Formats: sequence, structure tokens, C-alpha cells
Amino acid sequence: MDSQSFHYMRRKFYNLLALSVSVLSAGFGIFFLFWILKDVITFGLPALSGSFFTELPAPPGAEGGGLANAIFGTVLITVIATVIGVPSGILAGTYLSEYGRKSRIASVVRFVSDILVSAPSIVVGVFVYALLVKPFGGFSAIAGAVALSIIMLPVVIRTSEEMLKLVPDSTREAALALGAPHWKVTVHVVYRGALRGITTGVMLAVARVSGETAPLLFTSFNNSFWNFDMSEPTATLTVTIFNYAMGPYEDWHQKAWGGAFLITAIVLCVTLLSRLIVRRKAA
Amino acid sequence: MPVIDRHKADKAGDAIFKGLSFFFALLVIVLMALIFVVLFKESLLSIKAFGFKFIYTSVWDPVAGEFGALPAIWGTIVSSIIAIVIAVPISLGIAIFLTEMAPKGLKGPIGTAIELLASIPSIIYGMWGLFIFAPFLSEYVEPYMVDYLGFIPLFNGAPLGIGMLPAGFILAIMIIPFISSVSRDIFQMVPPILKESGYGVGATKWEVIRKVVLPYTRSGIIGAVILGLGRALGETMAVTFLIGNSHDISIALLDPATSISATLANEFTEAVEDLYLSSLVELGLILFVITFIVLALAKLLIGRFSYKGGKL
Repeated sequence: MDSQSFHYMRRKFYNLLALSVSVLSAGFGIFFLFWILKDVITFGLPALSGSFFTELPAPPGAEGGGLANAIFGTVLITVIATVIGVPSGILAGTYLSEYGRKSRIASVVRFVSDILVSAPSIVVGVFVYALLVKPFGGFSAIAGAVALSIIMLPVVIRTSEEMLKLVPDSTREAALALGAPHWKVTVHVVYRGALRGITTGVMLAVARVSGETAPLLFTSFNNSFWNFDMSEPTATLTVTIFNYAMGPYEDWHQKAWGGAFLITAIVLCVTLLSRLIVRRKAA
Repeated sequence: MPVIDRHKADKAGDAIFKGLSFFFALLVIVLMALIFVVLFKESLLSIKAFGFKFIYTSVWDPVAGEFGALPAIWGTIVSSIIAIVIAVPISLGIAIFLTEMAPKGLKGPIGTAIELLASIPSIIYGMWGLFIFAPFLSEYVEPYMVDYLGFIPLFNGAPLGIGMLPAGFILAIMIIPFISSVSRDIFQMVPPILKESGYGVGATKWEVIRKVVLPYTRSGIIGAVILGLGRALGETMAVTFLIGNSHDISIALLDPATSISATLANEFTEAVEDLYLSSLVELGLILFVITFIVLALAKLLIGRFSYKGGKL
């Protein structure tokens, strides 16, 4: 074999090697996705029963009971977080896309929100603890909701800005030319055009925070009973999963798997659904 | 005159709407500043008591009221570095697969599958890690690691399935989707004409990637990696389940350790004394400062490639 064809073979070999590694990497990711989902389904699905959704937790060590209060708590706190976080996020996003655009303040807001998106959620928990729990003398559902809304806010800001930017300027100009004031153009024309995208972004943000645990550990804390008072500690699915999985009882572990299945199913379904919506729009 | 009234109403509406949206945009900046201020104020007690000693001493004794953050800082940094070392090659592999190799029909489903990894809540990673992955490691992987690689101090320790290395590994799985999706977006920004000229002179696919795509996107890819690092540093639940919560510093990566986030998750609600609580808040402040710097750096590096905030 002459040196030139050896060189050629070597290049082909490296090419094949590198490409195989890249196929294997994709396989690695998919392997773990399915491994985790398989276990969440096999251990979680059998744990779900009627009483799981309707009953309060049994006393420690006792069999039976359910996580009804925690399911309700997760819904309650997520809804309040959404009510706080989504309108303020959309308005801030509106500022970035309709008013601020290339101004310096807008770029600072973008910079700060991009950092907040990835900031450690546990630190948000500590922050809200210092702000709302310690001064007001106790853990509360509202503190948990505020913590989640802080996590949601930058996500909503950035997605709504992106979606609003997709509305062409000519549409805005057409409405302005008819004599509509700027705010009416924004609300009736731009928002309408970006509605689908913003809804998708909001859904993703809500799904993401509903699976958060760390910011709730020392804000909404936990509760073994029903709680409808916003100023009292409230159980959530994720914090309950944490406590039960760390706990010593087999029955707790089963309950934790049940909760894990429920929260994973919801989050994955919302994520897939929103991707479908986005793809259909693109198509 | 009604026309003028309406004009006035429109102007007022504009002012209100603009003011409102400006207010909420400003709120984000205020929020960020407030986080720094509040954390700093709450950790003053600990800062006054320990000064810089807090950062480099390793005694963590709530009973004696002595606190040194070194084990937690060490654990946070080491577990994140392990995660990066594992996640970077795999993420780049995935990004290359998705941009350069996958047939059109596979691109969507595989990309979605990888991104679903990012949407699984971190508590699920932690729980799965504790109940499934740790027993698996301690039975099938770690004993062999100790036997065959144990002569390297790093790969030694108790094969419990819980410790620095398992925590780092789970972190790696969690940040792979972030690094790979940002890298994929950046790879797609390479002008086709550059790649085509590579192919035109007879380069193989790997040579085009190695000598055209990677050099062109270098700063963006470094940014993507640092973004992944920022995520790993602050990740809480998965690490709390798997790192083992030991305030001892061990060079052996199989040994239990702790991290800032795990210490906060485990001890915050138990801290009744003011100094204990203040020390924990200072840990949080340190974590926030580290991630702020890391993420700011990532943003500056990715910025050139019209970064979309690490969104999926």
C-alpha cells in the first residue's frame, strides 16, 4: 500500500470514528431518557389509585392514604404563580419588543433575564424566605407562589419578546396608519398575531415551574392536611416526593413514585403539546 | 370636541401602557439587585463572624456554631466539573449528529427526545438516581472501578453508588440537552458556503466539522459549555439525593460529599440559630455570585451568535 492511499484510509477511518461517536452520543441521551421514563412508569403507575387522588396522607408508617392535599397544593401555588408571573412577564416582554427595542435599558433587561433564567432556583427560595417568610413569621403558600413566579418571569419575558418580534412591522404600521393609538395596536393587533406563540411559551413556563422543588422547600414548606389559607404552609407534590423518597417507609417510596409519575406525565405532555403547536405553525 | 377628547384618551392610554410595560421591565433589574442586597443583608451576621475564613475553612459544626464553606464550595465546583467533562463531548456529538448527519426524518424526533431530557423535573432525576441508578452503580460499576482504577486516587472510595461521581454523572445527563441545543443552534449559523468550500477541496465530513465548523463557532461553543456549567453549579434536587451529604473533603470521587445547593436543601429548615441561618444564606450568596459570573460570561460569548437565552 503506498503512502497516499494509507493517508486516504486514515482520513476515512477518522471520519467513520468521529461520526460513530456522534451517533453513539445521541444514543446515550435517548437511552437515559427511556431508562428514566421506563422506571417512572413501572414504579409510578401501580402506585396510582383512587385514594391517591382523594385522600390525605396516612400517618408516618401507616399504609394507605393519598396525596390529595399535595396535588391541590401544587395546582394552587402554580396557578397563583402564573397569575403573578405571566402578566408581568408579558408586559416586560412588550416593552422589549415594542418600546425599548435597541435601547440600552432594554439590553440590560435582556441580559438580566437571561441570567435569571439559569440562576439557581434554590437561591430564589432563600431570597423569598428572607423577604416573605422570616419577616411575616412563617412558611406560606403565597411565599411559594412568589418564588415560582420569580422563576417563571424571565422565561415569559424572553419568549413573549421573541414571539412579539415575529409580528412584522408592516402590520404595526398598517394599524397605526389607520389612526389607532400605539397601545391599541399592541393589544389588538400585535398580541393577536403573537397569541399562539405566547400561549405556548406560557404553557412551557407553567409546566417547568410546576415541577420545581428547590424554591418551595423553605417557602411553602409542607403540610399533612388540607390547607386553603394562603398564609399557611402548604403541601406540594414535589416537596412531598422529596420528603417521602428520603423517608424510611416502603409505602412512602411508592407514593413518591406515584407523585413522580404524575408530575412527569404532566410536564412531558405539556412540553410535547407545545412543540406540536409550534411545529404546526411553522409548517 | 369629541375628537380632541378621544385624542386625549388615546394619548393617556399610550402613556399608561408604555409606563406599565416599562415598569415591569425595570422590575426585572430591581429584582436582580434586590436578590443581591437581601442575601447580603441576611448573611451579614456570618460575614462579620467569620470574614474570609468562611470561604477557606472546612469545619461545619452547627452545634459549636462554627461554619466553613469550603466542603460545600469544593463539592459544587468538583461535581460541576465532572458533569462538564462527561457532558461536553456527548453534547457536541449530539449537536453534530443533529446538524450534519441525521436524515431529515430523524432530526425532529431525536432532537425532541434530547430536549425532553431537559423538561424532566430535577426531583425526578434525583429520585431515580437514588432508587435505581445508585444501586446499579454500587453493584455493577463502582466495585470494578475500585478494583481496576483504584490505584488512581480519584477513582477510589466507598462503592455506595452515592457520592461526588454519581452526582456529577446525573448532572451531566441533566445539562446535555442545554449544551447540545445551544451548540446545535450555533452550528446552524455556519454559512453553508464555508462548509461547501471544505467539501469542494475533498475534505471528509469530520474534517469539515473539525477544521471549518468548530473553529468558526469556537467562542459560541465555549459559551454553550459555560452555560451548561452555570446550570450544573446551581442544580439542587438531583445533587441532594446523590451526593451523600458529607462535609468532609475527599479526593476520592466515589466518596460522599456535599454541595452548596445540597447543604441548603438539607439544612435550611433545620437552622434555628441566627448564625447558622446566616451562614446558610451566605452559602446561597456565594452560589449566586459564582453562577452570575459564569452565566454572564456565557452570555457574552454566545452573544455573537444571536443567542436566544438558552431556550429549548
